[in-house]
Amino acid sequence: MNKILNKRVLTEGVNLFEIEAPRIAMKRKPGQFIILRINEEGERIPLTIADVNKDAGSITIVAQVVGKSTHHLGTLNVGDSIRDLVGPLGQPTHIEKFGTVVAIGGGVGHAVCYPIARAMKEAGNYLITIIGARTKDLIILEEETKGFSDEFYITTDDGSYGRKGLVTDQLKEIISGGKKIDLVLAAGPAIMMKFVSLLTKEYGIKTIVSLNSIMVDGTGMCGVCRVEVGGKTKFACVDGPEFDGHEVNYDLLMKRLATYKTEEKVAYDRYLQKVNDGG
Amino acid sequence: MEEGKKRKKKPKPPRQEMPRQDPAQRIKNFSEVALGYSKETAMLEASRCLVCPKPKCIEGCPVLVDIPSFIKLAADGKFVEASKKIKETNVLPAICGRVCPQETQCEIKCVLGIKDKPVAIGRLERFVSDFEAEQGEVDIPSIPEKKGKKVAIVGSGPSGLTVAGELAKMGYDVTILEALHKSGGVLVYGIPEFRLPKAIVAREVDFVRKLGVKIIRNFVVGRAASVDELFEEGYEAVFLGLGAGLPRFLELPGINLVGIYSANEFLTRSNLMKAYLFPEYDTPLQVGKKVVVIGGGNVAMDSVRTSLRLGAEETHIIYRRSRKEMPAREEEVENAEAEGVIFDFLVNPVEFIGDENGRIKSMKLLRMQLGEPDESGRRRPVPIEGSEFIYDCDTAVIAIGQGPNPLALSTLEGVKLNKWGYIEADWDTTKTSMKGVFAGGDIVTGEATVIEAMGFGRRASIEIDKYLMTGKW
Repeated sequence: MNKILNKRVLTEGVNLFEIEAPRIAMKRKPGQFIILRINEEGERIPLTIADVNKDAGSITIVAQVVGKSTHHLGTLNVGDSIRDLVGPLGQPTHIEKFGTVVAIGGGVGHAVCYPIARAMKEAGNYLITIIGARTKDLIILEEETKGFSDEFYITTDDGSYGRKGLVTDQLKEIISGGKKIDLVLAAGPAIMMKFVSLLTKEYGIKTIVSLNSIMVDGTGMCGVCRVEVGGKTKFACVDGPEFDGHEVNYDLLMKRLATYKTEEKVAYDRYLQKVNDGG
Repeated sequence: MEEGKKRKKKPKPPRQEMPRQDPAQRIKNFSEVALGYSKETAMLEASRCLVCPKPKCIEGCPVLVDIPSFIKLAADGKFVEASKKIKETNVLPAICGRVCPQETQCEIKCVLGIKDKPVAIGRLERFVSDFEAEQGEVDIPSIPEKKGKKVAIVGSGPSGLTVAGELAKMGYDVTILEALHKSGGVLVYGIPEFRLPKAIVAREVDFVRKLGVKIIRNFVVGRAASVDELFEEGYEAVFLGLGAGLPRFLELPGINLVGIYSANEFLTRSNLMKAYLFPEYDTPLQVGKKVVVIGGGNVAMDSVRTSLRLGAEETHIIYRRSRKEMPAREEEVENAEAEGVIFDFLVNPVEFIGDENGRIKSMKLLRMQLGEPDESGRRRPVPIEGSEFIYDCDTAVIAIGQGPNPLALSTLEGVKLNKWGYIEADWDTTKTSMKGVFAGGDIVTGEATVIEAMGFGRRASIEIDKYLMTGKW
């Protein structure tokens, strides 16, 4: 059991939790994730470790309500406990001084980008951050990210905040501005990572993406998270979650992410019905 | 006179059958297929034992259960005492009674088997341990004075539980570190409910806990702590019972299509995550109408029988050799056949074909014929050229075995691996190349049986005790 020490609603439907997990807080490195299970009937859901507080012995996770489990998670409050929480999982990000690093976070995927970007800054890189979202309300961790970025941009699809357009529009502008970019990091929807990678490939800029495959155990045992990288099958949970963006088969990733769409809807509808019936 | 003599000799009862759920019924539920003996059949079966002065059966048991003694007690109706007798050397009797391949271990050695059928040792083991549990609180053997020495066991599967239980009985402070959220390893994620009810596993894990073993779940050694760090944290010996844990996929075109599962994923979703209770439980599992399981071992049988119970209308086993070479237990093959599983022998997949959504719709199979025997002694399957054909399916499960899981092994710098990537550990002493580190079960042998893993656990407990008492490696 892991206790919720703090909760913050970042924006409608996006919750941040600080959860007691002292050992994970000590061991975790940027880029790693945890898997949690809310209750006995719950599924195992992978979530990135957005931050840690070693003194408090806590880790920070950010979860957007997209279905039953994340909705249920969102109803939990300070003092409640998560039944199971395991980590840190996955390979840590390779952090070093590359020179200029562009970190791109899409929607709630920025929670993945955030700790990596900060670590890149701390390693002495010139850090440019782009946060992109459909609309203003879905931008998260803006102030925190701005604080450590050398350059900071926001894009929204609908133009409700920052630049109207996609993260790739902003990235293109930065590239054509003539600045030499040594590394691009992208975390967000698969389609965003795909187009970022297509763009950077054109310019020969090394690109790392963090993949959000479906997982069960998260320790390399089941293989549901398999992705194709450079034509080879890899497990996102133990070989990743980060891979060379230019080598990832995104279409396969998207198809595999859609595996349980029908069941996810069944479970969510049933849950909402229950919540409503219960008042 | 001849006749009179014969009459005097008490006729031996035949080997007692164990009732099972009717196939038509059982494919609609996840309840246990085998229903167990009654008191009467158990006593009758136990009475068949000759109680040999030099029993061969014990030699066949990796944990050296005193088989004739427990059977003698059972024959006398002393079932609780019989159960305790087993537990002297086996902390998981109700599990072993269900999943051990007795036909190749203890029962094959039974002298009755020469002219008649052997004593049903497994069924009796199962009966007496269930009987004891049904009496309520089970007795915990008295534990000698604590030795004040800490041992870490990595993995709560059959080998880990055994070494933990045995060491606790000797007075060690034992902690099991388990990566998953439930204890039992393959007993909870791998073997289905209908073969090994999870309540039975929980009961036997609970017994190990009552012996004083602490179990920390959600702890991934290799991530939350390395083996070196376990020593720094005060553990004086470490036993690695990680299991094999890396599913093998066929390196064929289309292997990553939606609807192709590793047996590990398929069974974990159903057994550990209870997908068969979806949507009461959150984890789903799709099977579609036609399920094809590739492989011929026990895991393949478990997968195909699970798919039937999940509502598949037509289920197949695809195996590249013939029935004779299948590694699955005969009993499991018979159960699958009775349940309507169709076996397709001497065929091998060469390609998986998907629809526009990236979902499997068929596979291309190649016919095989048997050639000369290979290293395993089984006749090698040889492709028949030009024999490809298309075979439709909604789901494919790959059950062709496992390899060593690199996750925990990657943090074991001092531990030597063999050429297959498994841990190199001595079979007798279970010692690895790293001082204080022992290993056993599938991470040493590759995929084997529950009881073989337990045998490692038993030998490890003896060696760990020796090491911690003498300090000699």
